[in-house]
Amino acid sequence: MENLIALLVAAPLVGAALLLCGGKRLDRTGHLIGSLFAVASFAIGVALFADLLGRGAEDRTLHQYLFSWIQVGGFRADAAFQLDQLSMTFVLLITGVGSLIHIYSIGYMEHDERRRRFFGYLNLFLAAMLLLVLADNYLLLYVGWEGVGLASYLLIGFWQHKPSAATAAKKAFLVNRVGDMGLSIAIMLMFTTFGTFAFGPVLAATGETSEGKLTAIGLMLLLAACGKSAQVPLQSWLGDAMEGPTPVSALIHAATMVTAGVYLITRSGAIFNAAPDAQVAVVAVGAVTLLFGAIVGCAKDDIKKALAGSTMSQIGYMILAAGLGPIGYAFAIMHLVTHGFFKAGLFLGAGSVMHGMNDEVDMRRYGGLRTYMPVTFITFGLGYLAIIGFPGLSGFFSKDKIIEAAFAKGGTEGWILGGAALLGAAITAFYMTRVMLMTFFGEKRWDPDTTHPHESPKVMTIPMIVLAVGSVFAGGLFSVNETFVKWLEPVTSFEHGHSPVSATTVTAATMVVLVLGVGLAWAMYGRRPVPATAPRGSLLTRAARRDLLQDDFNHVVLVRGGEHLTRTLVYLDHSLVDGAVNGTAASMGGLSGRLRKLQSGFVRSYAVQMLGGAAVLIAATLLMRGV
Amino acid sequence: MTVLAAAASTGEAVQFWLLGIVAVVGALCTILMKRAVHSALSLAGTMIVLAVFYLANGAYFLGVVQIVVYTGAIMMLFLFVVMLVGVTAADSLKETLKGQRWLAAGLGIGFGTLLIAGIGNASLKQFNGLGEANAGGNVQGLAALIFTKYVFAFEVTGALLITAVVGAMVLTHRERTERATSQREQAIARVREGKQVPPLPAPGVYARHNAVDIPGLLPDGTPSELTVNPTLRGRGQIRDVSRESLAELKALEQRSEEWLGRGEGPEAAPPPSGPSAPKEHKEGAKK
Amino acid sequence: MNPVYYLYLAALLFTIGGAGVLIRRNAIVVFMCIELMLNACNLAFVTFSRMHGNLDGQIIAFFTMVVAAAEVVVGLAIIVSIFRTRHTASVDDASLMKL
Repeated sequence: MENLIALLVAAPLVGAALLLCGGKRLDRTGHLIGSLFAVASFAIGVALFADLLGRGAEDRTLHQYLFSWIQVGGFRADAAFQLDQLSMTFVLLITGVGSLIHIYSIGYMEHDERRRRFFGYLNLFLAAMLLLVLADNYLLLYVGWEGVGLASYLLIGFWQHKPSAATAAKKAFLVNRVGDMGLSIAIMLMFTTFGTFAFGPVLAATGETSEGKLTAIGLMLLLAACGKSAQVPLQSWLGDAMEGPTPVSALIHAATMVTAGVYLITRSGAIFNAAPDAQVAVVAVGAVTLLFGAIVGCAKDDIKKALAGSTMSQIGYMILAAGLGPIGYAFAIMHLVTHGFFKAGLFLGAGSVMHGMNDEVDMRRYGGLRTYMPVTFITFGLGYLAIIGFPGLSGFFSKDKIIEAAFAKGGTEGWILGGAALLGAAITAFYMTRVMLMTFFGEKRWDPDTTHPHESPKVMTIPMIVLAVGSVFAGGLFSVNETFVKWLEPVTSFEHGHSPVSATTVTAATMVVLVLGVGLAWAMYGRRPVPATAPRGSLLTRAARRDLLQDDFNHVVLVRGGEHLTRTLVYLDHSLVDGAVNGTAASMGGLSGRLRKLQSGFVRSYAVQMLGGAAVLIAATLLMRGV
Repeated sequence: MTVLAAAASTGEAVQFWLLGIVAVVGALCTILMKRAVHSALSLAGTMIVLAVFYLANGAYFLGVVQIVVYTGAIMMLFLFVVMLVGVTAADSLKETLKGQRWLAAGLGIGFGTLLIAGIGNASLKQFNGLGEANAGGNVQGLAALIFTKYVFAFEVTGALLITAVVGAMVLTHRERTERATSQREQAIARVREGKQVPPLPAPGVYARHNAVDIPGLLPDGTPSELTVNPTLRGRGQIRDVSRESLAELKALEQRSEEWLGRGEGPEAAPPPSGPSAPKEHKEGAKK
Repeated sequence: MNPVYYLYLAALLFTIGGAGVLIRRNAIVVFMCIELMLNACNLAFVTFSRMHGNLDGQIIAFFTMVVAAAEVVVGLAIIVSIFRTRHTASVDDASLMKL
């Protein structure tokens, strides 16, 4: 079975190669080929999953060695794969949700003349992400990491004729590069510290390594995770990435890309466990981001951007959980999977709404759509209930566990983290209810003459239904007998947290804030008509509309600062470096000019110099003899 | 000349001090004399003195070789080249390089001081003398060394000499690329150019000198340039035969006649003006 | 008298020759000064020969003479050919190697 692992990556890769190199003759069948390879990869994943389930809990790690990739002296990197429970979870999520998004895209991109290329990029995205989660060493993971960055760049900027899309793609790429630097530095540090970067030896050796080095590696890994997972301070690309086609947003937010950071931290759990300072940084980033994203989500009128804020916030939950250590890893991954279902469903639903509304994204121009697109309404609604943590649905189980674990961190820290997580849950309930109400309820705010809302074709609704089913049942399925936790335990290890407040209390508190959030949203947007143009709003609202001034901050601090730094460096380069170089040259020139005078061409001058030299020699000889 | 002890005899000491002074004066003249010929002759004198010193030091063979080869052959070669090259501006003692003379003097004195200090510092008290080495004859002793111990060096110097001979020939040889013009062709060319067709006029003749350094006078009494060798003119070695100087000379002769009491009386009046001291025109020209 | 005075004389003559090389411009005179220096060396060799009581010093002096003869032949030939082409025997004028 090990030999199938490479096929997981190879299938979408072959698909991408076929579609991107195949030329126009594949234009008519490209979408089918792309979906076929994605589904094939999913099928292989299911087969491997079945195989893993058939093994004992301890033998569920498979390795496949392909070839020796780089070998120079003591430096060795293999192209080898490792499939364990963690990778398997990601493989199923990526290929499963990915396949559904492929199928959905068949309908969504039906009228786009570059559809073949779009499916090629989607396949490339899947292949890169699979490589990332299947690699058995950090260097190969880095290849997948960069591949994901490339694919996201291509997809966000897919509609490159729009300047905003091209800019957004560039922005995403650049911000990701900052994180990539962190990962590459982390890999270099690993090599100098451990002499290797294969998962096995590195993670096994954390016990004998100084905490300082591990903290440095951990912080660099966190920087990398921040870049890919859009965490503060590298979050600014996520909102703009909505310029890409909606299936791309779904893919980025649910199955690939942003989950990479969570994967990285969970995979490197041993390093973080041994470096508490790095863990503190992780939970701080997670807590700040979950509030940041939630606040931004409240203010956005663009349905996709509101969902983007929500993603940022939910990934913040995961990072927070991952930073809690063994009490949180499993819940981080569990929330990641359930989030994969309902966020994909929500995005596909949003896409479906846009599809029926002439690509209108402003929620203030929606309203009362539930009767026009019932399937979308029901699936979106289930996703909504899941994300706010409605009891019995997926999000309830996973998010509740994270809040519990946050309290279980203990001490003041635990209270702060738990409080933040609870507050985040309240805000989540508020903004998701807002999205729901503004889109599907209330009076129609669209022009019935030009807009004819309609339900999407089956090729789009069926994936949404499948995802809605996942959103409803996944969480419950995972939580029965702690199935999911036990499944992951060999990889991530697990401890029960000792919360100062009981699980029941936490659940009750969650329910209370949930009701508060929904009630507030109902009071603001359900009972009162929604104005078609946005009111000016409070200072916080206006700031949140501008993504809490993230771009202004980046501009002032990074761009301006960078410009000043560059100017200073240019000045220093001119005055110091060039000065030294030119000064050396000038002094050499001047010295040469002086020395040249000695070369007068007159034999007698040379003779004087010779005699002088001879005299010096004699004097030296006499002195040496101690005259 | 056979006894050569470690210490020199009193006779040798006297000889050293006398001839040593001659040698140093000769060397100084070599570098200070304006004319290359004089330098060469001074150098020859120094070399002869050195030959005597060689002999005094028991190097009989070398002493003779020094006279025969150096003084006899090499210095004559020098004189020949001086003759070939003739008078040039290089003979001037005026220094053209800035500071060269001071540098040379300073360095020379410093160098000499260092050398002499070195010799004085060396332990050279013990002189073995050559009595034993020269027992079988100096020439025989040298020959035994040259043909045994130094035979390779000797052969190599032979090769060096041959090479030098060939080199000198190559350097001075000029390949004639066209036929030499015959006398007839030269005559025709001279007529065609229209310059001095007949032979050059003879030099002037004066009562007391009958020599090539006196220009002939033209009918109007002015000296003719053509009658003297340009080389002599270049060196300023021509006697002045202008009307004034001839009159001056005549007055001078008359005065000396009077002085000697052989004067003819009243018509021998002294010249109205002019220098009182007798003056050689050659020197006047040299100034 | 100690024969070491011959060495002092040799040093003096050598220095005078060296000074001559520096101050004279006529290539022929310069050459003569070089010969003077060589002769001074020869005198020193002969004196050393007497000091050590063997003839090796004289042999070296002899070789020096031979080499000097060869040198004079070539050197004077060079002076003559320079004079032919440049009509001067001044060592200062032979400075074509300078840029």
